[in-house]
Amino acid sequence: MSTLILLTATGLGLAALYFLVASGLSLIFGLMDVLNFAHGAFVAVGGYAAWTVADHVAGTLGLALALPVAVAAGAALAALTELLIIRPLYARPLDQVLATVGLGLAIPALLQAVWGADPRTWTLPAWLAGTLDVLGARIPTVRFVLIAAALALLGALQLLLTRTRAGLIVRAGVENREMVAALGVDVHRAFTGVFALGGAAAGLAGLLDGLYQGSISPGDGTSLLIFAFVVVVLGRMGSLTGTAVAAAAVGLVQQFANYLSADLGDESVVILLAAVLLLRRRDLKGRPA
Amino acid sequence: MREVPAAEPILRVSDLTVTLGGSAILRGVTFDVAATGVTALLGRNGVGKTTTVKSVLGLHPAGGAIRFAGRDIKTLATHRIARLGIGYVPEDRAVFAALTVEENLRLAETARRPHRYDLVYELFPVLRERARQRAGTLSGGEQQMLALGRVLLGPSRLLLIDEPTKGLSPKYAGQVAAALKLVAREVPILLVEQNLAVVRRMARDAVVLDMGRVVHVGDARALLADPDLTNRLLGVSGPRTRDVNGSAR
Amino acid sequence: MNHVRSLMRPAGRRAAAVLLAAAALYAVPYSTLRLPGVFDGPLDSPGVLQLLAVCLLFAGLALSYDLLFGHTGIMSFGHGLFVTGGMYVTTILVNHAGYGLVPAALAGLGVGLAAALVLGSVALRVDGIGFAMVTLAFGQAVSLLVVSGSPALTGGEQGQTLNAGAVPAALSGVRNTANLYWLALGYLAVCAAVLWWLTTSVPGRVMRAVKENERRVEVLGLNPYLFKLLAFVVAGLLATGGGVVYLLLLGGATPVVAGSDFTLGLLVMVVLGGAGRRWGVVAGAVLYAYADQSLTRLSGSASVAALPGALRGPLQQPLFLLGVCFVAVVFFLPGGLATLPARLRASKTRVGHGVRTRNGRRAQRAGSRHSGLSADASATQPRSPIRRSAPQAGPNVLPGHNAASSTGAAEEGVTPHG
Repeated sequence: MSTLILLTATGLGLAALYFLVASGLSLIFGLMDVLNFAHGAFVAVGGYAAWTVADHVAGTLGLALALPVAVAAGAALAALTELLIIRPLYARPLDQVLATVGLGLAIPALLQAVWGADPRTWTLPAWLAGTLDVLGARIPTVRFVLIAAALALLGALQLLLTRTRAGLIVRAGVENREMVAALGVDVHRAFTGVFALGGAAAGLAGLLDGLYQGSISPGDGTSLLIFAFVVVVLGRMGSLTGTAVAAAAVGLVQQFANYLSADLGDESVVILLAAVLLLRRRDLKGRPA
Repeated sequence: MREVPAAEPILRVSDLTVTLGGSAILRGVTFDVAATGVTALLGRNGVGKTTTVKSVLGLHPAGGAIRFAGRDIKTLATHRIARLGIGYVPEDRAVFAALTVEENLRLAETARRPHRYDLVYELFPVLRERARQRAGTLSGGEQQMLALGRVLLGPSRLLLIDEPTKGLSPKYAGQVAAALKLVAREVPILLVEQNLAVVRRMARDAVVLDMGRVVHVGDARALLADPDLTNRLLGVSGPRTRDVNGSAR
Repeated sequence: MNHVRSLMRPAGRRAAAVLLAAAALYAVPYSTLRLPGVFDGPLDSPGVLQLLAVCLLFAGLALSYDLLFGHTGIMSFGHGLFVTGGMYVTTILVNHAGYGLVPAALAGLGVGLAAALVLGSVALRVDGIGFAMVTLAFGQAVSLLVVSGSPALTGGEQGQTLNAGAVPAALSGVRNTANLYWLALGYLAVCAAVLWWLTTSVPGRVMRAVKENERRVEVLGLNPYLFKLLAFVVAGLLATGGGVVYLLLLGGATPVVAGSDFTLGLLVMVVLGGAGRRWGVVAGAVLYAYADQSLTRLSGSASVAALPGALRGPLQQPLFLLGVCFVAVVFFLPGGLATLPARLRASKTRVGHGVRTRNGRRAQRAGSRHSGLSADASATQPRSPIRRSAPQAGPNVLPGHNAASSTGAAEEGVTPHG
């Protein structure tokens, strides 16, 4: 029983990370048809920004300062990427993807140049380093923080999308951005906003990934990215709840399969992806193929 | 904003060229849209009518010149063109299926006021009844009304309406046409329409395209009254009503 | 247009150019020429030959990738798994099953062929981005299998050395680097020949048509799926062979080829050189492979170590420089290096009457953006900035050579939900 709870909590903690990365990817793809290979770099930059703050200011205060820094770093980098790299290439959709591939290679390499290839350790404040007892299972506190952050983000995004005019524009833009513009709405502002939002979530993911692993290294974001892609595809691009469900599914499948046999976890995710894609006779946005 | 004398066209398209996927779709299209009444843009399928309308809105990169109310709009972004007062109802209606009817209308609220919900609901009462329903669940006719309602919400100075009765049942087609005729009293319309009965009912001027060029400009009724001309230009025999669904796309 | 002109160039001159290039490359190991600043030693020294051999190998691999990307318009992120397959199947059969090198390599090719058929027929059922994702996931699965699946067989993260006893004497030892060089050159020649032959054949022309407009191929009564599968299988088989050659060059198997960066590297090479442009792809791959190896070497050198810290760090990261260069090429040289000659010619002839708008948006709306700038309009077709691309947003829907495609039926604008 306690193993079951531990596996579930671990799986959901991982799912939370996937969701933080995948939600931004999914919104960006849904609205702009841009598959953002630089998203992992946003995660890594958020992580290093947060780590730098926490390295200088110890304890809970450092963590409290690191949080806005990580979010701001991710958002700023993403907004700059949209303005400087993506926007000038709107006439060339393939080149947009290629440019993000280039960024996705260059930025982690730059981080490695500055901070080195070796992992930097996070020193967690005492209250975060411990475990919580749930029905006999001792579960690391960090996992609850991850899950809480993901749920908070899900709630906030849901409110933003359904209750605000900006959200209305994004939801309409996911369906048909040409028509949104034809109604007199400046969709480019929505593009930058969605990129910044995705970047903010990615920056947060960078911080939380560091806490989860107890260290950060330049390639962290990129390895998260592959699973986030899987989540995005499974969750139907552009759909937020779909992304949340897919993230939970991937995290749980991975953990339970891992328990059955080490290394089966990652393979099982790939099999899940292939199976779902083959069975689903619709395109990635849920329209009939 | 400068008042345009009635004699001056609201929209002047000169030498418009568009190339898509390596094919020349428009090869120098020149025509005017009068500041009042309905100008029909006619022609067989695939001659470039939709491309022309989209190019006016900046949805296709195009060569040539497009002047709206005396102002060059070809270099403007689509949303800026729309904000100048050009309303667009596309061929496939393009309502946002996942949004409610009310949200679809709310999206069309731009900086320009007033928002004439009363006018929209008066023309299409069904939109008030279905306000909370997802637009994707509406019938084709109701979706068309929503698409029209969206552009009527703000004060428009020109409407670009692409095949509004296509695929509609005669009942809805009649309703839509009646609403358009009413709207046309206030706002000039550039109307793409295959249903010649609808054209005859409201259009004053006609512009006929063929193979990406303008092949005829003149009085709409005179054109439709001339069986030879109609047959030659539009590929329909005589001034009979053409099947509304008769488009092969 | 450059494309058209190159087609019209007399076939004799092209053949002569190819033969000349092949002869020059063949003769490299006999040359003692020194190129200071480019290579550390004379051309015939083992270090330089090894470096060149890797460059040639990557040129072959990039050509195989370009068959998918540049010629058929499908973006695979799993190409590295075939290289991995060729490399590891051969190594495992030699080291653990006692096979000879040739039977093991043939078995590797067989596995590669089977894998390409199975994976291709599965993955090609989804379009564009979906295909990219599925292949990425397959590649990841293979990578995990190699790194952590069964370390006893694969050597895990360390990889494993190929059993020296199985390698013919002519292909082992520093003194025989020239033979490895010729092997890599032979591999490149095979890839080039297959690509040349395939792309000029009828199926090859259908592949290009698939890239330009899949619907149109369907309308002609052909099944695009089969032609994409053909491209995928041929490319996969060539890549598997490349894996075997790479194995011999390195003397062992390395999990680097299984990583996603490896496949991204192939994509970068192709785009750098010019997708769908044979000489361009070869040039891009050679440049990338050379830069990748030299930058790694350079990073340890004294001249870089003497630089101030802020500059030194990034310069020691080949991927940083390559990534930045890549973005720059995508931005400023759409169509890749292959378009450079035409651009230079155009800029010479265009003195005086350039109606070049500085504002990109304006120019693009005016439809004049690429009129003088690029002779090759591939992948640069102007589109409205907010135009929604068709549901399958992969390279499938992207325009190919505009100049080359002539279409009969003028379509009214492709509507979003059409």
